[in-house]
Amino acid sequence: MTSGGIWFRLANLDRRWVYLVIGIVTFLPIIFYIGVPVSITPEVQAVYRKIDSLSPGTVIMVPMEFGPSTMAELEPMARAVLRHCFSRDLKIISTALQIEGVILMEKVLRESAAEYGGKYGEDYVFLGYKPYPDIVILNMGENFRKPFPRDYYGNNLDDLPMMNGVANYSNTACIVNINSTSGVDYWINYANGRYGADLALGVTAVIATDYYAFLQSNQIFGLMGGLKGAAEYERLIGRRKDIANRSMTSVSVAHLFIILFIVVGNFAYFINRGKGRA
Amino acid sequence: MEFTLGQILWMTVAVFLTLCIFSFLYKDNPFYTFAEHLIVGISAGYWIAILYHTSLTDLWIEPLVDSFSALKDIEGATAGKIGMIIVNILPGAIGILMLSRFFKKAAWISRWPIAYYLGVSAGVAFPLFLQSFVIRQVAANMIDPSAMVGTMRSDLTVLYHYGNSTLLFWQGLGEIIIVFGSICGLAYFYFSAEHKGILGGAARIGIWILMIGFGATFGYTVMARVSLLIGRFNFMIDWVSALSEYFRA
Amino acid sequence: MRREVPLTIVFVCGAFMAFQYFVPHYVSAAVYQYALNWTIIIGIFTLAVGIGSLIHVHYDRISRRKSTWLYSIVTLAGLSFMAVLGILSPNALTDSQGLFMKMYFYVLSPVQATMFALLAFFIASAAYRAFRAKTVLATLLLLSAVIVMLGRVPIGDMISGWLPEGLRISDVARYILDYPNTAAKRAR
Repeated sequence: MTSGGIWFRLANLDRRWVYLVIGIVTFLPIIFYIGVPVSITPEVQAVYRKIDSLSPGTVIMVPMEFGPSTMAELEPMARAVLRHCFSRDLKIISTALQIEGVILMEKVLRESAAEYGGKYGEDYVFLGYKPYPDIVILNMGENFRKPFPRDYYGNNLDDLPMMNGVANYSNTACIVNINSTSGVDYWINYANGRYGADLALGVTAVIATDYYAFLQSNQIFGLMGGLKGAAEYERLIGRRKDIANRSMTSVSVAHLFIILFIVVGNFAYFINRGKGRA
Repeated sequence: MEFTLGQILWMTVAVFLTLCIFSFLYKDNPFYTFAEHLIVGISAGYWIAILYHTSLTDLWIEPLVDSFSALKDIEGATAGKIGMIIVNILPGAIGILMLSRFFKKAAWISRWPIAYYLGVSAGVAFPLFLQSFVIRQVAANMIDPSAMVGTMRSDLTVLYHYGNSTLLFWQGLGEIIIVFGSICGLAYFYFSAEHKGILGGAARIGIWILMIGFGATFGYTVMARVSLLIGRFNFMIDWVSALSEYFRA
Repeated sequence: MRREVPLTIVFVCGAFMAFQYFVPHYVSAAVYQYALNWTIIIGIFTLAVGIGSLIHVHYDRISRRKSTWLYSIVTLAGLSFMAVLGILSPNALTDSQGLFMKMYFYVLSPVQATMFALLAFFIASAAYRAFRAKTVLATLLLLSAVIVMLGRVPIGDMISGWLPEGLRISDVARYILDYPNTAAKRAR
């Protein structure tokens, strides 16, 4: 194999240079922020419209199942949805069926409620965590009290004013599940499939493409995917300077560079192959 | 926002550990290995604490204690109370059988609780899986061809006469892609017959559709990963801001 | 016996739970409810098995002074500290100023988040070194990926804003997601 030539060197570039470039191009737009327009997609708009159409005092379920590993994508989304719900005076029931994120979910819910003066037990209830989400989701369809005799803080559910007359999914207007796990399938299977609950999903971008088929079949009424979905929802509730919107510039630049890497990598490969160097 | 010294120190610990993990990008090193081993231990301890507080006490220990306490009450039949005690003891007893895995000669006993869980989950999932993932999906593929063709034709007529389109033609074409694309994709995964003739042609179209789907997934995955990196950078920028606020104050 | 009994348990439990879906009788519903609750309780003990295995592996490394035995001390120390702290503090999960919460937000959370953030670098490296348009199918995959990557971020519309509506990159990306992607995922 002969050495030399820019394309040969590019084809055999140490991957640490690639790491350095991607680190820099992702970091710099955060420091030197330029606002970019964010277009709204119909699937995110559908979630917004549904929540916006609910009258004050309606009970809605916002179960959140993500942990520190995906909080960069889903925490902005969760906060945007919760802010929307609290601003509309909706009553929120939440669970955290992913063990890594229980404490994080509690913090997100408590802080979002505090922004709108939400009172625990009257405006929102946090049921907490139980293992085996498939069994828990199924059980909640019969009665929330079955898997959760007490809430996260140890209160009996019947002692909470908000839970009066609220037994299961049929007493909630809809479910907006914010999830980073394969547990999404259990919500579709059990909450929507068995109990007919109206379901919308907020998922990480990695799994978002898998759920377009369920959107098309009307098993879910809305779908928010990744940080872009979070940015769209922030726009819809009028919070254009929140974290997801501010991150869109960085995401855009990073994408451009990754496409550039694909193009340059392919060019280097084919040119070297042509010269018999591959 | 005002930061205390304690908050600054904790944030510094977090940033230090973040940089330990990032150091792996240069090469494997003791700082990365230390952080990796630390997180394994801390995560396991965290899981124990969460399960103890949220599940073990709520669902087993308290009902068990309550059922024993009920024996002291005068009301209610004794047989019923003993029945409740047995019902509350049994799941714990079955769960404890799981611990037999640690003893080589008795490890086979742990298959029973595993079998119970597998049976219950599979039995519950099976009818609903068929409904949600097969029947509802097949039903969504049942488009009305005459209505769709009519819509596409009217859109083309509008385009021909007025020079603009309501994009209904492309929507209709998309519905056709969904129906035939999913059938061709299924043909690709059918390995009981050789992919020749009509089956072969359908499988070839199917793999094209699948590749487009995988490409879309990859595109979205890139966004997901970059978002996680942005989250870490935002955290480190917040630390720098907190430090400068603290020292300015 | 050692195979047949578990297989019988799987079959009986599975068949009962599957048939129960179609049987609304109150006895069936009550048994169903207990079965579900029992599953959760039994599941808690599987954690004990996992933790026991972890302790066994690391203890073994320490006692035999294997190459990474010092790190195993870190693991076991972290496990013990967090477990004891969490169990003995009655308000571990609710006291935001408590040590347990601090350990979660400033040790566990950043390390886990950073581990996954590394994937951004790896995906960039893979894009540069491994994604080759060697065949028509690979080219189709890459084209679809590029269109979705550009179409789902604002820069796509900024580049193709001059095109008529319906032909912009974001519209093409949405079309790919709504139709061919839906077909692909439905087939899978």
